[in-house]
Amino acid sequence: METKNRHPIVDFEEKVKVEVTVNGEKLMANQGKPIAAALFEAGIDVFRITEKMKSPRSLFCGIGQCNDCVMQVNGVPNVRTCVIVIEEGMIINTQEGLGKIGEIE
Amino acid sequence: MRKAEILIIGAGPAGLGAAIEAAKLGAKVVLLDENEKAGGQLFKQIHKFFGSKQHYAGVRGFQIGEDLLKEASDLGVEVLLDARAVGMMDDGTVAVLHKEELIQIAAKKIVLATGARENAISFPGWTLPGVMTAGAAQTFSNVHGTLVGKNILMVGTGNVGLIVSYQLMQAGANVKGLVEVIPRVSGYGVHAGKIKRAGVPIWTSHTVIEARGKDRVEEAVIAQVDEKFQPIAGTERVIKVDTILLAVGLTPKVELAKMAGCALTVEPTLGGHLPYHNDEMRSTNANIYVCGDIAGVEEANTALDEGRLAGLSAARELGYGDDSVEEKKMELNAGLCALRMGTFGEKRLECKERIMKEWSW
Amino acid sequence: MSNSLIEKGYIEVEDVRNDSNYPSEERFKTGAVAIIECLQEIPCNPCKDACPYGAIVLEGLTIRPQLIEDKCIGCGLCIAKCPGQAIFVVDKSKEEGSVTFPYEYLPLPEKGMSVTAVNRAGEPVCEARVTKVVDSKKMNKTRLVTIAVPVELVDEVRFMKRVEAGE
Repeated sequence: METKNRHPIVDFEEKVKVEVTVNGEKLMANQGKPIAAALFEAGIDVFRITEKMKSPRSLFCGIGQCNDCVMQVNGVPNVRTCVIVIEEGMIINTQEGLGKIGEIE
Repeated sequence: MRKAEILIIGAGPAGLGAAIEAAKLGAKVVLLDENEKAGGQLFKQIHKFFGSKQHYAGVRGFQIGEDLLKEASDLGVEVLLDARAVGMMDDGTVAVLHKEELIQIAAKKIVLATGARENAISFPGWTLPGVMTAGAAQTFSNVHGTLVGKNILMVGTGNVGLIVSYQLMQAGANVKGLVEVIPRVSGYGVHAGKIKRAGVPIWTSHTVIEARGKDRVEEAVIAQVDEKFQPIAGTERVIKVDTILLAVGLTPKVELAKMAGCALTVEPTLGGHLPYHNDEMRSTNANIYVCGDIAGVEEANTALDEGRLAGLSAARELGYGDDSVEEKKMELNAGLCALRMGTFGEKRLECKERIMKEWSW
Repeated sequence: MSNSLIEKGYIEVEDVRNDSNYPSEERFKTGAVAIIECLQEIPCNPCKDACPYGAIVLEGLTIRPQLIEDKCIGCGLCIAKCPGQAIFVVDKSKEEGSVTFPYEYLPLPEKGMSVTAVNRAGEPVCEARVTKVVDSKKMNKTRLVTIAVPVELVDEVRFMKRVEAGE
């Protein structure tokens, strides 16, 4: 969820909305935020399913170190959603297993 | 191949401190950071800092970050962002992945200010979405303006656990409580005081033993522990939360130091393995300096001053500055010593003294 | 001092009363005064610089600050400067007592609002009335809230139940 519009300490800028596609569904997201933040705000928190155990994974370190939050973005797997910023028209999919490089839908 | 007189790896408070002081003396400095923005973890620190005036006491961390970035830029420090140092080569050059391109940088002196990484603990369910480091929640809330959860259990009552709990409440989350495995609050009493008066429970001698939920955390199970930190059967309690945050310490990121052949020591109080260094932050490799959390996990204010020391020392070694640099270094060392006093600092001072005593090259 | 601070995370009122920084009865009678509840040796000294009257003495960096009660005028400038939010200003000189504390949440309480005063453990103590809210640029987003409480509860009360959004 988005932090309340007013924060007692930090002045957050109003963000422009961009349209992205997440697992086939269109979504309006706040431009300039990391993909993971935009997805959290849309109520999406499963980013990846593990190869062997098929168990869900999400954000863990938040600063691009641990690679737990990777997704497939524009056909490219293993994109660290906690640091890569969301952009207009991005096609974002839950990453299944280790991820394959596929066609852009 | 790119060339630099002084190459600084990591643009957090330590790296910025080093860059600023070296540039002030006239050295040509290249500062690398793997992120899109310099500042390291300063921009998620929205609380007022402790210390004295020279340590920006009473100023909020992100405001200090802005000041340091401006100072570095005014001094003409060259900053390479999206630049991850991936290797230290045998010939002394550094391999850097810069915007997906591998480049090589040769430098006369290298300052490692790589920081630390957050520790984790494992328990059944700890891989579920909703379990993450406290730093992740702090970054998302304070830098990106996004709360990672609404109802939160914090694991750990060091300053990170206490401060992040407070900051998440400021952003509008409910902190349901904090668990601490030892029988006392580990961080500053004043940080604990802020969240206690807001009505948040702190359960000492408790730990989290399970995270439950289908596709994400729906509840946490906590339990009291005995003197050996083992959960006591029958004391389990279920807390309804959607997020479990781990604030269980940090470990210095020493990989590059290791690759460069810097000798390491072990100091649990300072986070584990770390490179030996002397009071001018020189490692056992004569051309490599270390500063900030890589040289022992402490605070942002100590990191900044260690960085300044490293920057001054490296630039002086290259012939910049005059005898007054020694005086400046003495002042910085005295300041660092002052920051390592008192109930919380003494142990760190003891470790630092031991590391410096055993250092040689 | 009791172990309350390190075991429970807050200071017991008795520890505050027994501390050397607790003002004298005579000083309380003369008006508002600061109470510095900084009981651990933390390397920190902005409170000293915050006081234009020289009422806070701090040798070195780690020695705890000491209040010179006769120099303190109870202005509260030190409250927002303390990174630990450990300084309060209390007034026990009038029929109705008051407590001023730092407040860094939104929404802010408003003057005249009825609130629940709480103690250092966050437990409700009494009903209270907000008498002053100060928000100045100099205080860098730490606001000062003053609430009126019965004089005998001044030592207990250190905060209020936060204002819920949308109330």
